[in-house]
Amino acid sequence: MIRQTAIILLVAAIAAGTGTLAAKTLTSGLRGPTPLDDEGPAPPMTPTRNTSEKEVRNYPEQPPVIPHSIDGYQIDLNSNKCLSCHARARTGESQAPMVSITHFMDRDGQFLASISPRRFFCTECHVPQSVTNPPISNDFVDIDTLLSRAAPGGRR
Amino acid sequence: MNTADPKAERPGLVKRAWLFAVELWAVLIGPSAVFALGALVLGGFTAGVIFWGGFNTALEMTNTETFCTSCHEMRDNVFAELKSTVHFTNRSGVRASCPDCHVPHNWTDKIARKMQASKEVWGHLFGFIDTREKFVDKRLELALHEWARFKANDSLECRNCHSAQSMDITKQSPRAAVAHERFLFTGEKTCIDCHKGIAHRLPDMRGIPGWQ
Repeated sequence: MIRQTAIILLVAAIAAGTGTLAAKTLTSGLRGPTPLDDEGPAPPMTPTRNTSEKEVRNYPEQPPVIPHSIDGYQIDLNSNKCLSCHARARTGESQAPMVSITHFMDRDGQFLASISPRRFFCTECHVPQSVTNPPISNDFVDIDTLLSRAAPGGRR
Repeated sequence: MNTADPKAERPGLVKRAWLFAVELWAVLIGPSAVFALGALVLGGFTAGVIFWGGFNTALEMTNTETFCTSCHEMRDNVFAELKSTVHFTNRSGVRASCPDCHVPHNWTDKIARKMQASKEVWGHLFGFIDTREKFVDKRLELALHEWARFKANDSLECRNCHSAQSMDITKQSPRAAVAHERFLFTGEKTCIDCHKGIAHRLPDMRGIPGWQ
């Protein structure tokens, strides 16, 4: 008898819970008031950051982000628009930073005469940045800040 | 039927054409005995206007995006590629259509280019680039022609719209401003030297100056 009552109560609770969930519109910072089974309007495209000023890397191994627009840049078997400024021989005219020497290395650690094919497609790692307000803030702390906190007197 | 067989008496076609030409010439070099001088002058003037207008109208008809893309070679390859670029759609809605870049605006140069283009009609008739593969194989050669033309006339077709004098480099990105100041304003380079592949996909760029 107790068991039956418990089952009935559980079923009622689940039913009530589902009903409430379905009726309630979930409001989240990212989705807005759009119901979960619906697709909201796409946010407007944001402009690309185009200052050409180097951005600080968040950690040493981070591929540097592209501080300029790359609209219409062709990177394929035929050509690589990025390299027409960033290739070693082109940096004199362009004053752009040279592609890092690590990109000349094949997977056996041998340095080749030019960019290794496995590092040819720039945008696999390097990406341009949008001018936008992130919907969720980021509390990432870089290693220098972390170390200085750990150091005696770091908080001063 | 007392006449003889006409075939026996009629001279050959060449002979008859020659006789006709001689007779026509005799008429043409003689003074008009029927028409007034005014009628001839005015008639000639009107005919001239009609002929010239007709010629230019026909010429301009071949100078439109619609005409260019009426061949599948253009429509499926270069025009399809143009559609994703800034010269086709952009914030201000100004579009550069095919002849804006590929046909000189100056009359004599335009006629010269149009005569060259008869080769392209030949190419169309005999299917030089009638498949995507053939087009891709020929892309470098075709691109080299266009680059050479732009280089030779100091990128005139670019400059028909983009003038260095009206260029406000403070409105440009720092990168563009520096490059234009250093290479364009000094005349060291012309537009096409740096801006290859802005309207169509690039061919294999190995060996092209400034490319890897």
